[in-house]
Amino acid sequence: MVRVEFLGPIQKETLELEITNLNELAKILQDDKEMQKWLENSAVAVNDTLVSSREYGLKDGDKVSLLPPVCGG
Amino acid sequence: MLYLYDGALDVPTILKDWYEQEEKSNYGAYIPFVGTVRSEDNIDGLSFDVYEPILESWFKSWQEKAKQKGAIIKMAHSKGDVMLHESSYIAAVFSPKRRVALEFIDEFVEDFKASAPIWKYDLKNGKRVYALDRSTAIKGSGILK
Repeated sequence: MVRVEFLGPIQKETLELEITNLNELAKILQDDKEMQKWLENSAVAVNDTLVSSREYGLKDGDKVSLLPPVCGG
Repeated sequence: MLYLYDGALDVPTILKDWYEQEEKSNYGAYIPFVGTVRSEDNIDGLSFDVYEPILESWFKSWQEKAKQKGAIIKMAHSKGDVMLHESSYIAAVFSPKRRVALEFIDEFVEDFKASAPIWKYDLKNGKRVYALDRSTAIKGSGILK
């Protein structure tokens, strides 16, 4: 099971999904109307490290985080 | 060092503490940047969410860069609500010579704005409104679209 967390202003509960890569997660989230606007501008981290490819493999126990646009300070 | 606080920062205390931590470390320059919440667009204040695991690894990478220049960096940031004219952010560089610190604080604060996993909200009429128009997508965003 992979845990998917939505950070900051994304108002969505954590998901627990049986997926093996980020492509599968993309397909699931693209079908979610509320999520479509966030997919364009959110970065993705796996186990708290930012990743740059959708081909990234996932294994049981991994944590995926979606990070929308930031503004500290 | 990275310091996170609930609510506004106590600016005089933090600047004094940092000064005292390093006053005998033989740094020739101490360059602090203090960010203060300004009155604009009728806001009552700002509010912040912080994702600490990635903030810590991001900050660690900047500590390494500072070390390569013989400098050190310290940063304090608020979590939750910070009202007008209070401070939510302090960053400071200590270095042997001023030029390194002046350049480094500029680079650091720019990358902080673009990359640190912190989300800002306006506090207005009792509501907490995400400041999307002032936010920056982290480099590499959009891979799931």
